Parts: sequence; C-alpha cells; structure tokens
Amino acid sequence: MRVFTLFKEIMANLVHGPATRKYPYVRRPDFPGTRGRLMIDESKCIFCGLCARKCPSDALEVTRKPDQMWKFDQYKCILCAACVEACPKKCLRMAPRTEKYPDEE
Amino acid sequence: MMTINDVITLENQQERISALLPQGYRFVTMTAVDSTTHFDIYYHFDRDYELYTLQLKLDRDAALPSISGLCFAALLVENEIQDLFGITVTGLVLDYHQHLLLTKDAPVKPFCRVPGVSVSTVETAKGGEQ
Amino acid sequence: MSTIVPFGPQHPVLPEPIQLCLELEDERVVSVIPVVGYVHRGLEKIAEKKDFIQDTYLIERICGICSFMHSMSYCMGIEELMSIPVPPRALYLRVIWAELHRIHSHLLALGLLADAFGFENLFMQYWKSRERIMDAMECTTGGRVMLSSCCIGGVRRDIDENQKKFVLDQLKEVEKEVTSLNRTMMEDYSVKQRTVGIGVLSKEAAYAQGAVGPTARGSGLVMDHRMSGYAAYRELAIEPVVETAGDCYARTMVRCREVMQSIDLIRRAFAQLPDSELKTPFKGNPSGEAVIRCEQPRGEVLYYFRGNGTDKLERLRVRTPTFANIPAMLTMVQNCQLPDVGVIIISVDPCVSCTER
Repeated sequence: MRVFTLFKEIMANLVHGPATRKYPYVRRPDFPGTRGRLMIDESKCIFCGLCARKCPSDALEVTRKPDQMWKFDQYKCILCAACVEACPKKCLRMAPRTEKYPDEE
Repeated sequence: MMTINDVITLENQQERISALLPQGYRFVTMTAVDSTTHFDIYYHFDRDYELYTLQLKLDRDAALPSISGLCFAALLVENEIQDLFGITVTGLVLDYHQHLLLTKDAPVKPFCRVPGVSVSTVETAKGGEQ
Repeated sequence: MSTIVPFGPQHPVLPEPIQLCLELEDERVVSVIPVVGYVHRGLEKIAEKKDFIQDTYLIERICGICSFMHSMSYCMGIEELMSIPVPPRALYLRVIWAELHRIHSHLLALGLLADAFGFENLFMQYWKSRERIMDAMECTTGGRVMLSSCCIGGVRRDIDENQKKFVLDQLKEVEKEVTSLNRTMMEDYSVKQRTVGIGVLSKEAAYAQGAVGPTARGSGLVMDHRMSGYAAYRELAIEPVVETAGDCYARTMVRCREVMQSIDLIRRAFAQLPDSELKTPFKGNPSGEAVIRCEQPRGEVLYYFRGNGTDKLERLRVRTPTFANIPAMLTMVQNCQLPDVGVIIISVDPCVSCTER
C-alpha cells in the first residue's frame, strides 16, 4: 500500500511556479505556419473563384461581374487552408492569430 | 475493395448468423445503404483481423428481423438504421421507436434517397414538439 | 422496490452528453438503458452533399480527440477506391501524427478518470503534460486539434529538422512527467480503492458484446488493428498492450502503457523516416465499394464507402469505437454500486460526438 505518491510532483510544482501564463498580458508566440486566420493580398487576386469552389464550409464568395468582389465570412471559416492551396496566384495566406485585418481596431 | 462473402435472404438470415457466431466471429457492425430500388444491408463480422461480410437485399417496404436476440451488440445499430432509413426492425430487444438519434420534431428517415427532393423538404414527424 | 435515476446528460464526470437511465435497488444498479442522440449532426448525410475532397475536412470534425485518425481512415478508403499509391514518407508522417493523437487522447482520458474519482491534482498534472503534445502538433501542422494535414494521396505538410527536434524534446519531457504520474495511477492506495475490481468485464463477454480498443484489451483480448499493418505500422512491429483483469484498473493500465508505447513508436518512426514525395497527384472520381478499419485511441473504427463515379460519394458510413463499446459498458454497469457508475463510464473513455456523428 502506498500513499502520498504524488508528493514529489507537488513539491516540484511548488518550487517551479505556475505552468500557465498570465494571459492576455503574456502571450505565447504562434509557431511559424500556424493556421491562425486567413489573409488576402487583393492587389494580386484575379477573382477566379477557385478558392470559393474548394472551400468545404462555403465561407468564401467570389464574383467577377458586374463588380469584382471577394467576400469572406470569418465565422464560417474552419481554417483548413484548402483555399490557400488552391489559389493560382498565391495571394491567400494563413497568418498568425494576432495579425490584424486592415480595417480592424 | 470490399468483398461480399455471402448473400443471405430474409428466410435464412437468423440461422446463418447464429451459425457464424459460435465459429468465433465477432459482430462488428451493420451498414444500410439506400440503393433506390432496394436497401442493401451489410452485416460485418470479424475474425483475426479478417472482415466477413454478409449482404442482405431488402425490399423498400419490407421489415427487417432483428438479430439483437442472437447478438446483443447489434441493438444500437439496428435502432440507428430504423431511425435514419425508416426500415421497420422487428423483434428488437430494446426498441427506441425511431427516436434513438432523432428527436420528435426531426425529419423522418433523413438518409433515404428521394429523387429530386432535398433534405429541407423531407416530411417531419407528426405531432412533434416545436 | 426500484428507483429510476437518470445519470446525465449533464453530469460532473461526463465530458460529453450521454444519458443512462439507471434502475436502482438501494444503491445497486439492476438494469440500465442508454439514451443517446444529444449531439447527432447527420455528418454522414452532409458528406454526400459535399465533394469527396471537401469531405476530408468535414470527416476530421467528427470528433476532436481522434480527428487525425478519422481523416486518415477516410483518405485510406478513398485511396483504396481509386488505387492511389501513397509515398512512404507520407505513410510514416501519418503514423507520427496518429501516435501523437493517441498520446493526447490517452492523457485526456487518464486525466478525466482522475477527475471522476476526485483526484483533481492528478487530473491537472496529466493535462499539463498533454499541453506539450498539443504544442508539438501545432508546431508540425499548424493546428492544435484539427491538424488538417492528411489529404487524399498523402500528407499536406512535411516535418523538418527543427520541428523534429521540437517534437522529440517535448516527448522526452512528456515521458519523464508521465512515468512519474503513471506510478501514482498504478500504485496509489486511493486510486486502487476506486478502480480495482470495479466494473469487471470478462473476456468472453467483451468478445460477445463486440468491445474494441483498450476496453477489449483490458479484458485480455489481443486485438489491436495496428497489427494488420496499415500505413507504416507493418514496418514498425507493434506489440499489443494487454491486461487480463477486465476491471477499471486494467483498462487504465492499458492506457498508461500505451502512452509509453506510442512515444517509443514515434521515436522509431522518426529514426526510420524515409525520403520521398509527400503526395501522389490523382485524377478522377471514386467508384465502387470499400471498407477500411483503423485503430483509434478508443478502438477500431470502420469506414464504409460507396462511390458512383461522380465527385459526391453515394454513401459513407462510420462506425466509431464508442458505438461498439456501449453494449459492453452496459454489461459493466450492471450490478455495480451507484457511486462507481461515473468511474466505470469514464474508464471506457466514451466519445459521444463520435458515437452519434
């Protein structure tokens, strides 16, 4: 019969301090290549609509006529990056979570 | 690719499956597929990592005798098939009356193929709570 | 006189909604009726509406804890239907991610079990180690839970030298931490009081009820689908972890030891990692029927595919391990005491989202 088997870890944790961070004051930087949020470089986009066709959750809407439009619903996006792979002009990319959209506060 | 080891009928279904179980076959699951003209019911069994599949062709309006009396593990999957395909399964040890997965106001038999009809217009159960 | 007590769908020990209607005689459970369907989403039907490449991402979302294994099984099925060869490096990378997923799932299950019998400290320690595995997954694939790194014909991302070093470093830490935590799980008096001899499932009953995974292996059944040698498991030589007692303790032991086995597997997979392409390009649409089985953290999963030559599948069926374990769980719960029900359910490690799809 053994009791207090976790005693060693408890003491170690007491000395080492907390394993958590003081979020949001201290943030862990994202790993390179994290699929945080979808970004577009509009100047390169040719509005071909390939991304919208590949999107599994219908989060993208692209029209060429009468007006060129690339519309993205953030809340539908599942961050699978299928559109990034499909883009022929490589104007889509996955950015870290912390990066802001141009019109964002 | 899937190999179908045998084709069974409604008449010999019970005896064929009760003959399989003592040979050391483990019941894995059942699969129902809507083939428009009829339903394909597959019984999957396993022995030493080899799958043994029996196929049963069921007419669209026929009832399926349950094997849950022979093999208790078939209980849930038979109830699921009853829910999703609207096939009446007779002789279930525990019958959920088409409400294992679906609620009272859910579409009835949502997995059935109705040509030209989308899911949203599938009939819903009568008297459901809203 | 008997009393009916509803256990769940909201209960402190349950991470996901499932209800058991327990019929009690005093404190003893006489009979039990499961009620599922709280999280049914009809994913199999949605899969028929999307094209088969989009389905890869959809299928991954059946479950959060075995998501990579789901997408892997799905891709294997489509590859078999369309006879697409998979490059060897992709097979090894799939094994690495699958085993990372197994570790994180088992650590989650062990933590939840500790939580179920009220050992909060052990629960937090296990989840602290699990966080390292999540980091390893985010570093290599870009997602913590939804890896989305498996695609039809191979994998989408490579693991480079830096990432490999990071993963191995994390594994070293996890091994150290989990070894000492497992000692508590295996030997502590209070843990043994709650698990030894509780919820016994005999070998014969486990086989007859169709139990799979750690539930079956805890009852002495040698049954691990990795033995059939899919992906790169053929070259990695797997020895199934088997315990014979069949109680909650035995099932927990299986998980404790499988974590160690998976760490070892990842190291060997990294050592043998061959150089090749990551992905085979393909054309056309799937047609015909196929059945694929894989070993998930909770047991064997079965996928049935029927394609008709168009880009939409005609039928996709998923039989998840918990679905097969529920009849066995009912057998265990019968004749046990009411306070033990929570521990027994968590020792099976039910994943309800998987079950109902």
